[in-house]
Amino acid sequence: MVEQSRVALELRDVAKSFGAVAALRSGTLVVERGSIHALVGENGAGKSTLVKIVAGVHRRDSGTFRLHGEDVDFASTAESKGSGVAVIYQEPTLFPDLSVTENIFMGRQPRSRFGRIDRGAMHREALELFARLGVEIDPRRPALGLSIADQQIIEIAKAISLDASVLIMDEPTAALSGVEVERLFAVARSLRDEGRALVFISHRFEEVFALCDTVTVMRDGAYVSTDPIAEITVDDIVSRMVGREVADLFPKTPATIGEPVLEVEGLERAGVFHDVSFTVRAGEIVGLAGLVGAGRSEIARAVFGVDGYDAGSVRLAGRPVKPRNPRAAIRSGMAFVPEDRRKQGLVTDGSVARNVAGVIRGGLARAGLLTSAAENRAAGPWAAKLEVKTSALDMHAATMSGGNQQKVVIAKWLATDPTLLIIDEPTRGIDVGTKAEVHRLLSELAGEGLAILMISSELPEVLGMADRVLVVCEGRITADIDRADATPENVMRAATNATSHTAEEVPA
Amino acid sequence: MSTLTQPTGTASTPAPEVRTYASYSRPYWQRVVLSREFAVIALLVAVFVYSQSQVDYFDGPQTLYYLFRDTASILLLALPMTAIIVTGEIDLSVASIVGLTSVAFGMLHVDAGMSVTLAAVLAVAIGAVCGAFNGFLVAYVGLPSIAVTIGTLALFRGIGAGLLGTESRTDFPDSWTDLAKERIVEGQPYPMILIPFAVLAVLFALMLHFSSFGRGIYEIGLNDEAAHFTGVDVARTKAVLFVLSGTVAGFVGIYTTLVTGVARAENSTGLELPVIAACLLGGVSIFGGKGALHGVIAGVLLIGVIQRAMLLESFTINIINITIGVLLVLSVMSTSLLALGRRAVAAGRGARDSRRPPSAPASGR
Ligand SMILES: Nc1ncnc2c1ncn2[C@@H]1O[C@H](COP(=O)(O)OP(=O)(O)OP(=O)(O)O)[C@@H](O)[C@H]1O
Ligand SMILES: [Mg+2]
Repeated sequence: MVEQSRVALELRDVAKSFGAVAALRSGTLVVERGSIHALVGENGAGKSTLVKIVAGVHRRDSGTFRLHGEDVDFASTAESKGSGVAVIYQEPTLFPDLSVTENIFMGRQPRSRFGRIDRGAMHREALELFARLGVEIDPRRPALGLSIADQQIIEIAKAISLDASVLIMDEPTAALSGVEVERLFAVARSLRDEGRALVFISHRFEEVFALCDTVTVMRDGAYVSTDPIAEITVDDIVSRMVGREVADLFPKTPATIGEPVLEVEGLERAGVFHDVSFTVRAGEIVGLAGLVGAGRSEIARAVFGVDGYDAGSVRLAGRPVKPRNPRAAIRSGMAFVPEDRRKQGLVTDGSVARNVAGVIRGGLARAGLLTSAAENRAAGPWAAKLEVKTSALDMHAATMSGGNQQKVVIAKWLATDPTLLIIDEPTRGIDVGTKAEVHRLLSELAGEGLAILMISSELPEVLGMADRVLVVCEGRITADIDRADATPENVMRAATNATSHTAEEVPA
Repeated sequence: MSTLTQPTGTASTPAPEVRTYASYSRPYWQRVVLSREFAVIALLVAVFVYSQSQVDYFDGPQTLYYLFRDTASILLLALPMTAIIVTGEIDLSVASIVGLTSVAFGMLHVDAGMSVTLAAVLAVAIGAVCGAFNGFLVAYVGLPSIAVTIGTLALFRGIGAGLLGTESRTDFPDSWTDLAKERIVEGQPYPMILIPFAVLAVLFALMLHFSSFGRGIYEIGLNDEAAHFTGVDVARTKAVLFVLSGTVAGFVGIYTTLVTGVARAENSTGLELPVIAACLLGGVSIFGGKGALHGVIAGVLLIGVIQRAMLLESFTINIINITIGVLLVLSVMSTSLLALGRRAVAAGRGARDSRRPPSAPASGR
């Protein structure tokens, strides 16, 4: 075993139950100083619960918890922060009405000589942090309305600025694209070289292998194994995580491509996106690739009608769709899985059944009467199809792990039997097994003639799944690449380099 | 929408061996007994049984009759108020709409010489218009309902006072004023007003708990952004509820006028407070998203029974108000108290089981 003095964080046989649900049965995690330690496991394996115990959000029921060799027991997040632990939670927890800077320095604003809050210093430090992370976010803007990726970046900036000896990152990269991930990794490596201990949770194994030196696997709330990264393969990890073989990722099955389903023409919104035109055909999966902040999600939201647009038109199956009216979009056959599941995708304080039946419930009523029984009957099979892990259909979505919440959102929209599915980060936070499942499902649905517009920051996912890749850069579509020609290089080039890609590259 | 296809039957049918789910995490009796609504109902029954046996004259022939007759307005107004509070909004102007429609009803009948029926229909319509005005400002202009309805609380009352000043109208046909006071069955303590109340209560319960529209009401209260993304028409839902609130208030205006025999601007002044108090006592969360109609109805009756019993015991009105005030505060606190208790238990268990050093928690700084 490792030499005691090198161990920064040590958890052994930690258990935690919520009522009858054992979220964590026997969690063990030993992280050394100067190391980046990966923690992997299926959705609901108990990773976030373990993290929250270290953060002081939850209190463990039993087990050992040591920090730098000393027994600790945090009753609040303030205590854990005070002991030098910084945590980036899976779901951003920003205060929407405060500015970006205020969010970063929440509760520890630097003071000037006269005891007043030193806004200048805060602002400068925020700018430095963003420069280090290579992103451009105005530190003075309110957090309200930031994309989920930007919120993640701010959480990262906040955690880094804490100057902690132990930094835990719960799926920090789930919404980020290649460039931001690289920047984050550079920062993480420099923190490691300073001798800090880092824990990194991710469902993307390329990232785990690129960044981490040790990996701990969890399954069903219990510890499985810890190995140096050099001595383990992806297949080993997967079989330990899942306890069974996993189907291939991106099992793209050829589908016959039919009539145009979605036709977007000259869509324009001042300052956000410009002259966006594209078509999605029946049976076709069109991927929208690009950097965070390029405007992909904004385009999707405008098409679905939750946001408005200034010019242009959206047609579905040849018929114009009313702008700014999600009801009209749903009626015409669109479904939209938004990027922020907790704020937009789900009613977290609602039950699984009500969430899954949330869109179709109008059709479940008999003689105008809608009963919980009807909702349960309709929701059950869809929850099962997505393998949602929950003890009962009346459990609130808030009690579920991140990946399982995502499955609920997908189930809710597939239940509407749409003709066009717009899906923003389809597998954000979803584990390998289910990811393969979701990919297979998308392929299968496309095979049945569903048109799919998929936004993903995960390049392999876009390249593996899409029949056609549209690259968005600074609010414009800068490339339209066929599946056969799409490579990581030409997609990234189009995504990062707007000026060199002019309209000629886009086939009219 | 190309609406529902049950997953069974499509090509993507889940295989038969897939997961199945229990519908509920707790058995039926627990879901019923451990609910906030049940606690209020149990308290109501307990207080009622106690009063029946211990309070002199409580079991007399008139007590229950007057209890129902006097709380009928609150019962009626609490129906739409529950739905509005569940969306996270509030309507403080209901009592003023009662006053205004009472004035309008009196003037239309007495001064304009309309029949009682026609005057009543117009008065209810005026109530609906008042509600629509609130609804427009809240739902479509996007102003906070607490500010809008504080404004219209003064505005509607002011219009009533402007029309009738300090005068009143009392010339209503006896047949109508008697009807308002009549009992459903002679010798039983149930006044006629309970019939329209029962009908409306059933309709509101169906709307709130057994319709897609009602599910939308709760979703708006829990997360209006997600509701919008799911295709709930947030603005229209809120507007409809304010119109319903105004309409019911218009009906209450007529009832109040007939049962007291007087149409005047000050009718039912301040009645919005007991209505809201009863909703909160009945388990509706002021933050929206939680509450049920049966709890609210029990809440109204609970307040009514306590009032009546204490009056019979010749407590002063101040003591009665203090008692009800304390009860309300306790009930609102009970949610947080419960959470606190649960946390204390959990923390106690955590401290017992975890090998925590005897000294203060170490800080590894
Ligand atoms: N507050 C809670 N109440 C009840 N159950 C909970 C609660 N929090 C978590 N759980 C349950 O505990 C289990 C572990 O959840 P956790 O969030 O730790 O999973 P995870 O490993 O982080 O998964 P993911 O990869 O999806 O984020 C899940 O089954 C979840 O439903
Ligand atoms: Mg998690």
